[in-house]
Amino acid sequence: MDIDVQKVAMLARIRLTDDEAAELGPQLSEILGYVDQLAAVNTDGIKPTAHPHDAAMPLRANVVTNGNQRDALQAVAPKTESGLYVVPKVIE
Amino acid sequence: MPFSSLSHIQDRLNHGETTAIEVAKLYLDRITEHNKTLNAFVHIDDEHVLAQAKASDTYRAEHGARALEGLPIAIKDIFCTQHGPTRCCSKILEGFEAPYDAHVITKLKEAGAVLVGKTNMDEFAMGSSNETSAFGACHNPWDTSRIPGGSSGGSASAVAAALTPAALGTDTGGSIRQPASLTGITGLKPTYGRVSRRGIIAFASSLDQAGPMTRNVKDAAMITSVISGHDAGDATSVADAPELDWLGACDKKDMKGLRIGVPKEYFVEGMDAEVRASVENALKQCEDLGAELIDISLPNTNLAVAAYYVIAPSEASANLSRYDSVRFGHRCKNPEDLLDMYTRSRDEGFGAEVKRRILTGAFALSSGYYDAYYLKAQQVRTLISQDFKDAFEKVDVIATPTSPITAFKLGEKTDDPLTMYLSDIYTIAVNLAGLPGLSQPCGFAEGLPVGLQWIAPAWREDVLLGAAAAYEAATDWHTKVPTGFGGES
Repeated sequence: MDIDVQKVAMLARIRLTDDEAAELGPQLSEILGYVDQLAAVNTDGIKPTAHPHDAAMPLRANVVTNGNQRDALQAVAPKTESGLYVVPKVIE
Repeated sequence: MPFSSLSHIQDRLNHGETTAIEVAKLYLDRITEHNKTLNAFVHIDDEHVLAQAKASDTYRAEHGARALEGLPIAIKDIFCTQHGPTRCCSKILEGFEAPYDAHVITKLKEAGAVLVGKTNMDEFAMGSSNETSAFGACHNPWDTSRIPGGSSGGSASAVAAALTPAALGTDTGGSIRQPASLTGITGLKPTYGRVSRRGIIAFASSLDQAGPMTRNVKDAAMITSVISGHDAGDATSVADAPELDWLGACDKKDMKGLRIGVPKEYFVEGMDAEVRASVENALKQCEDLGAELIDISLPNTNLAVAAYYVIAPSEASANLSRYDSVRFGHRCKNPEDLLDMYTRSRDEGFGAEVKRRILTGAFALSSGYYDAYYLKAQQVRTLISQDFKDAFEKVDVIATPTSPITAFKLGEKTDDPLTMYLSDIYTIAVNLAGLPGLSQPCGFAEGLPVGLQWIAPAWREDVLLGAAAAYEAATDWHTKVPTGFGGES
């Protein structure tokens, strides 16, 4: 299968150099070629697995358990200012 | 003492023959001496280790011993720990220090364990050889020109060379069991939902599970009994999981009445002849111990790797989208705009294998391909689970090789991703079905360890532990140690 690697890379928000794309293209084709054996399996009426034990999603009380952790959480951010995350300008 | 089991060290501590400080110093010295050769640890803070050991000795004196009092346990770099770096062996997490402890880390601390640093692993746990780590490859103590397996290669290598008596790993497609097999130690992947995933850096959330890597079966039970249990902070942690007598399960000395299923699909060509001979010999010994061997079939086994390499990369591509360089993680220099910041930061931060998996997943989930790949794989997953359910109507436990081959040479498979993927052929189905699995040493092939894998029904780790403990009691493979690490005498 031919895959437009640069298109997929953009979906995943990863820049690829031309060299990387040239290497990854055939590798992805090989992996997906192997995976294509699934297409031959008859799965009519088979329920897809969502959780290995088919367990129900549990609910818990919506209460505060650890308070305001803003400073600790922002300590690991690349760039913050006045408690906000700073990114390059989005709107001119 | 370095090659002692966790339970033996516990006995010595309980009898006042040694202290947590002495034990910690012994292993820190061994790490200093041997880590250059093995690259098993990527972070060690001696002072922090000694401070924990001292606090443990004080606690013991004042209140008595808790379940893992003073026992050193190494931690795979995938677990968030409030002290020191947590990097998942990726460049993208350079400089990251987790603001909180993973749930299992809290549990280990509450049980009095001494955490001895972070172990090497494949980047984001994506690999079977520990060669994709941003900190360089880790080496197998049985032959340092070979890989220790992966992704929990550092934990495996550290336990095998007795740089620590035990370690935590994680297992998404075999990442505890395969390296345990390749380094001659014991590794347990609990039932999915048994152990909380909160604070464990996510790879494939419907498959990931944490577990112990140890020198024997009882040690694996000791650690699992501490780290398991419901956590309201992990929506997939199961609240009504059956409680087990973890240590009691390890008292088994025979296999009388045990029905062991031997799946024909796991003994096929491509498997190393000596590995096959070791495993068949082990099965014969199980028969001598009173077990009944029953030929079974798991007909969809050959589809497991294909289903896994759709499901795991798909979940990974979603999980790893959080590395956007906004809230944490590497940010590229002088981004031109937001898109440039995302794409360049992620290109610089992720290694080749991680990119391969993210792209595979992004493709499988993309518009027009979702039904053909992701949905189809999840249906095949149901078929694979059903195979096991059918088999467990007839048998109590299943025994297989853990890996078709022994440890291969560093660099041998790095050019061929697909061949690397196929080395997990015997472990992956267990994750897809959410079952517990255990690997224990059962022999050698040309001087390299071979592992025997046990698979039990969901929530029946007691059956795994019982079978493995009985096999261990009748054999001495688990006592063999590699030469060159001070364990020969």
